[in-house]
Amino acid sequence: MNNSKSIRIVVLGVLVLLAVASGCKKKETAPPPPPPPKAPTATLSANPSSIQRGQSATLTWSTENATDVALDGNKVDPSGTQTVSPTQTTTYHLTAKGAGGTQDATAQVAVTAPPTPTPTPAPTPPPVTDDQLFAQMVKDIYFDYDKADLRPDSQQALAQAAQIIKQKGWRVQIEGNCDERGSTEYNLALGERRADAAKQALIQGGVGADALKTISYGKEKPVCNEANEDCWQKNRHDHFSLLH
Amino acid sequence: MHKKTGAGTTLGLGTLRFVLFSGMMLCGFLSTAAQDRIKIELNMGQERPRIAAPDFKTANADPQSGPLATVFNQTLWNDLDNAGIFDMVAKSFYPSQTPSQPSELNAKVWGDPPPNAGVLTFGNVGVNSGKVDVQGWLYDVKNQGAPQILGKQYREDATPDNARLIAHRFADEIIARLGSGIPGIAESQIYFVSTRTGNKEIWSMDYDGANQKQLTKLGSIALSPRISPDGSRLAYSGLTKDSWQIMMYSLDLGRTVAFPHNGGDNFSPAWSSDGTKIAFSSSMHSGLSEIFIADASGSGARRLSTGKGDVSPVFNPKTNGQIAWVSGRTGLPQIYVMDADGSNVQKMTDQGYAVSPAWSPNGLLLAFAWVRNYGPGVLGGQDIYLMDIASRQIVQLTHDGGRNDFPSWSPDGRHIVFQSNRSGTEQIWSVLADGTHLQQLTRQGRNSQPNWSFK
Repeated sequence: MNNSKSIRIVVLGVLVLLAVASGCKKKETAPPPPPPPKAPTATLSANPSSIQRGQSATLTWSTENATDVALDGNKVDPSGTQTVSPTQTTTYHLTAKGAGGTQDATAQVAVTAPPTPTPTPAPTPPPVTDDQLFAQMVKDIYFDYDKADLRPDSQQALAQAAQIIKQKGWRVQIEGNCDERGSTEYNLALGERRADAAKQALIQGGVGADALKTISYGKEKPVCNEANEDCWQKNRHDHFSLLH
Repeated sequence: MHKKTGAGTTLGLGTLRFVLFSGMMLCGFLSTAAQDRIKIELNMGQERPRIAAPDFKTANADPQSGPLATVFNQTLWNDLDNAGIFDMVAKSFYPSQTPSQPSELNAKVWGDPPPNAGVLTFGNVGVNSGKVDVQGWLYDVKNQGAPQILGKQYREDATPDNARLIAHRFADEIIARLGSGIPGIAESQIYFVSTRTGNKEIWSMDYDGANQKQLTKLGSIALSPRISPDGSRLAYSGLTKDSWQIMMYSLDLGRTVAFPHNGGDNFSPAWSSDGTKIAFSSSMHSGLSEIFIADASGSGARRLSTGKGDVSPVFNPKTNGQIAWVSGRTGLPQIYVMDADGSNVQKMTDQGYAVSPAWSPNGLLLAFAWVRNYGPGVLGGQDIYLMDIASRQIVQLTHDGGRNDFPSWSPDGRHIVFQSNRSGTEQIWSVLADGTHLQQLTRQGRNSQPNWSFK
């Protein structure tokens, strides 16, 4: 308390001394004439200075001592940035006008054509492998919600698939799948029924039961992960794998 | 109880009454001698023991005492609160002086209003040369002589886990004394499926969600954990290279041990409560899922059911003489019950989409997951329901909370743990069997199929 009071007194004293000192100083010189207005400055840059068509570049400019700044004739702030995407090589022009004159700056954005994709040579069809043939001939089949009954189109497809499976002597794994809505354990049983439905149809088509193995993935291996009917339908399917 | 605040509330209270009635039956059948007390304690309002649980004090200046006391106090409070059998005296009613040992106890200020407590627990936590020492007491403060009900001492290595463990043990002692002799559940475990390593593995946690640990390292897909009655082994469904098989994880050895494989797909195992049998679903016989029963070693599998799409068996834990399960034999899945030899099949539900039965510890109730009003354009949720098996009366336990599934009973039959996507992702939740005390136990990754230990 005492300390701060004495400090305040000292400070006050110094201020009084300063005031007295400056007040005693005699003004001897006349005020100087105002300096001539300074010439404006301007800088403009483009980053990157070279783009592919369709890309964009950023123009950055700054000026000093200017009252009127224009970029390609359009009034802009004394300094700023603007994104441009010219379709051909373009030179941008910054004009800074002030009481002290006019200053210009330019920056160029070079535009190059995007690389044209090199055409891949048309693949010469390799000899069809068993895997490819299998994928063409034995396609996924789809089910209604909570159902394991084969749709008519699936029955047809399986009858055709049975022919080639039998002819090639393939061994096939049938994988039953469900959408995400059912319960985890019940869906395993449902997937089992879906796999078995396809198995019975293939047996009816003449394939030996020994050539067919089933497994249920329930809802554990979805091919689609959105919560809508399109996606659910994709997941309610039997997938077929060729066993080697 | 009978206060009407609107039509919806009236309906809700009706539901609550039914559950409490079931709860009374549930415990009442455990012991006729204890029946009267149980009825009182599961009844609502003032008849529940009113317990005050002030923080245990730190007994010494060891820097670990404070943090460990904090862990202990939070855990003990939560355990008592979760038990569902107490009225917890609000801490704002506590007197300013709380005892840390019996010599400091002024029973009258606790038994009189405002605390108006029936019982008081108090004690102290100290750390001495690397060990945490806890002394805890329970006193009947309403009684003139304020008799001591319980006095306990605990000593373990000074770690937060041990502070939690001691709190669980002490809470279980209190609950066993005041909860009609039914042991508390604070030391029980919950097993579940978690995706947090990137694929589904089996994890375990304390009943309150603490201490979550990965068990299996299968690397493919592990589902349907079911802990053995003695807590030493965990059966689950595992995806091998070419099929689902029942697998066995040893809690003692900390790894999956050999268990016989069967043909076809095998999943959804269940233990008999005497630990001698395992029921499961298998396609080994017909290519379709059917219920089988085998010895606990996995040998001697016999087929019990012949339906299409039979899964999720569960034994009546009271008798082991019946099995409830799910079948799609008539279309959408429904709950069935049969004798453990496969005879006497009864259909328990006959509408909607009913799955995941869980038999209550006293054998009287089935919890299950149900889309009750199922049909095109009906977007109702899937909720947990309880069925009184004898009367087939059904009450709804969860309401308006997304898709709820896989209920599992706590050992004391007072709580149910289940999975729900009500928070946006599948997580594990627990609730008291009267529908109160809903709480989320997991938050990391997606978590499902909880299974509560037998003890």
